[in-house]
Amino acid sequence: MKPFTNHIGVALPLLADNLNTDVIIPSREMKRVSKVGLANGLFANIRYSDGNRKPDPEFLLNHPNYHTASILILGRNAGCGSSREHAVWALADYGFRVVLAESFASIFYNNCVANGVLPITLDRSSIEAIADWVRIDPTSHHLSANLEKCTLETVDNSFEFVITPLARRMLLNGLAPIDLTLEDKVLIDCFIAEDMRERQWLYSVSD
Amino acid sequence: MGQTLYQKLKKLHEVRQFDDGSSLILIDRIMLHERTGSVALSNMLSENRNIAAPKTVFSTIDHIVDTKPGRPDISRMPGGMVFIDEMHRVSKAFGIRLYGADDDRQGIVHVIAPEQGIALPGITIVCPDSHTCTLGAMGALAWGIGSTDCEHALATRTLRIPQFKQMRIRLTGKKPKWLTSKDVVINLISRFGADFATGFVIEFAGSVVEEMEIEERLTLCNMGVEFAAFTAIIAPDHKTIEYARGRPFAPKGEDALIAEAHWASLVSDINASFDVDLEVDVSEIAPMITWGTSPEHAISVDEVLPDQRSDLADVFKYVGLRPHEPIRGQRIDGAFIGSCTNSRLSDLRRAASILKGRKVKSEIRAICAPGSKEVKISAEAEGLDKIFLEAGFEWHEAGCAFCFYAGGETFSPGSRVISSTNRNFEGRQGPGVCTHIASPETVAWSAVNGQISDVREAYE
Ligand code: SF4
Repeated sequence: MKPFTNHIGVALPLLADNLNTDVIIPSREMKRVSKVGLANGLFANIRYSDGNRKPDPEFLLNHPNYHTASILILGRNAGCGSSREHAVWALADYGFRVVLAESFASIFYNNCVANGVLPITLDRSSIEAIADWVRIDPTSHHLSANLEKCTLETVDNSFEFVITPLARRMLLNGLAPIDLTLEDKVLIDCFIAEDMRERQWLYSVSD
Repeated sequence: MGQTLYQKLKKLHEVRQFDDGSSLILIDRIMLHERTGSVALSNMLSENRNIAAPKTVFSTIDHIVDTKPGRPDISRMPGGMVFIDEMHRVSKAFGIRLYGADDDRQGIVHVIAPEQGIALPGITIVCPDSHTCTLGAMGALAWGIGSTDCEHALATRTLRIPQFKQMRIRLTGKKPKWLTSKDVVINLISRFGADFATGFVIEFAGSVVEEMEIEERLTLCNMGVEFAAFTAIIAPDHKTIEYARGRPFAPKGEDALIAEAHWASLVSDINASFDVDLEVDVSEIAPMITWGTSPEHAISVDEVLPDQRSDLADVFKYVGLRPHEPIRGQRIDGAFIGSCTNSRLSDLRRAASILKGRKVKSEIRAICAPGSKEVKISAEAEGLDKIFLEAGFEWHEAGCAFCFYAGGETFSPGSRVISSTNRNFEGRQGPGVCTHIASPETVAWSAVNGQISDVREAYE
């Protein structure tokens, strides 16, 4: 996975509350058993106005100013709903590297971290201030996310954000979580051996 | 300081703690379905990873399999066969159990888990599906995960979880006879907001929860994720123990005695402390129904819609309703009883008791999809299918069915559907379909009246 240290880019100020994973990628767009090639299905229900995939000019991402957006700005409870990791894969496939929101649904948050997308939580008024500043001129008012310093910056403002040390470390190093855990394999095996004695009732049924 | 139920469950499974307060947790059971499980398994196969304990993995076909009566083993979603075929292929390659469309143990993953005794008190169980929190009603620590976490759990038998805050919601007061756990949980979400429990584990407790049967508790915990909780749990009691006893994957003989004694100890200590401790009196709750596109957009069936607000403009537009309009009396085009929220035998019995001797309005398409084969077989054995069919409902095979739209057949665009499911998001049941979620009783009674109706009338 690509490590995340810092990222500067165009922000897409959707600001919606409760933006769910069905909206990020509708179920029918998840046509394959793989993680790539999902960018076309991103936001399909609101991005296209008809079956021919004609871009809906009403949707912000279709505006030329926002075509190259790589930072998504949402409201509260971002990524709620289905656990589908396709939502993050589609965002990443399109080129999004940062999601800024007031709060996140926990599965979506984990999925972001697992795929090198930085989830940033800030309070409502900071998010609105940032969005207002971006809207003035999206093409030049770029946001800069710095994971080493844990800041999100505009030209004249810097917002500190809090992220769990684990999420930060995984993102900074582009760590594959499985390999990290397998370093503790001996510990896990010992724990299970002990547990098998303690909870024999559980191990006896499925084997 | 005493321990909470959550702390006890976590402690029992904690392989190690990290400096940042997160923990590596042993995962006892993993459930998979064809929609997301296929993705995780094929990815593991292509990366040459092993499943650490294949015998602890259980999979089924539920999401996109056709539920039409007498279904063939095909998908109702165009292109969906890829997922079903792949699920068969990879399950076989890894040697894990798969309950396919023609297996008597098949059904919605969260319905078959307690039914087969896969979800048991005191265990950890995960599934790449957000409604896995349902299983917290068994006294298990159960939560939904994404594909990457699923691969992690399969490969290492563990997951790393951060520290969560803890919330107890005690439900008290005298429960009116028509009040369901669905009404209660919708009421909680509308009262506190759909993101209220972000970062929390919720423990449901109190006299009303104790009175609830296990299937009602499953409904309550099912919607924990609609409350943004990491998961929801309920301490196992004698009802839970009796419910689990004798199920195919529950412990037997001597093991059962030991397990049951252990389960009985899994309660929050009297002096345990919670970050948030709430008491909600249920005696005042009326039958609930959602009106908008988030489960928090819900009102009592006898209330009117809220004021116009800037953030609700799109919502009103989508649902085709106006501020201050009554919800009761809104004409409906469809009715659906099913889903991991409300498709168990007791749900179908209660809905059938309302439908018995009555007919659904002829212009309405009404569908019932039992949550599992076992539910379907039991329901048919007591003649519930006939009640549904005579009332004008379609009687489907087991699966998620019309709970969510993945392409293919569904209600027609622009239709208003009353549904016993858990999500009323835009397009959740099909493009332009407006979903109103409610209890199965409210769905049945509204279908009979052709409009959103107050189920209390049915009990008069
Ligand atoms: S019934 Fe609906 S909510 Fe439940 S698992 Fe199936 S699709 Fe998801």
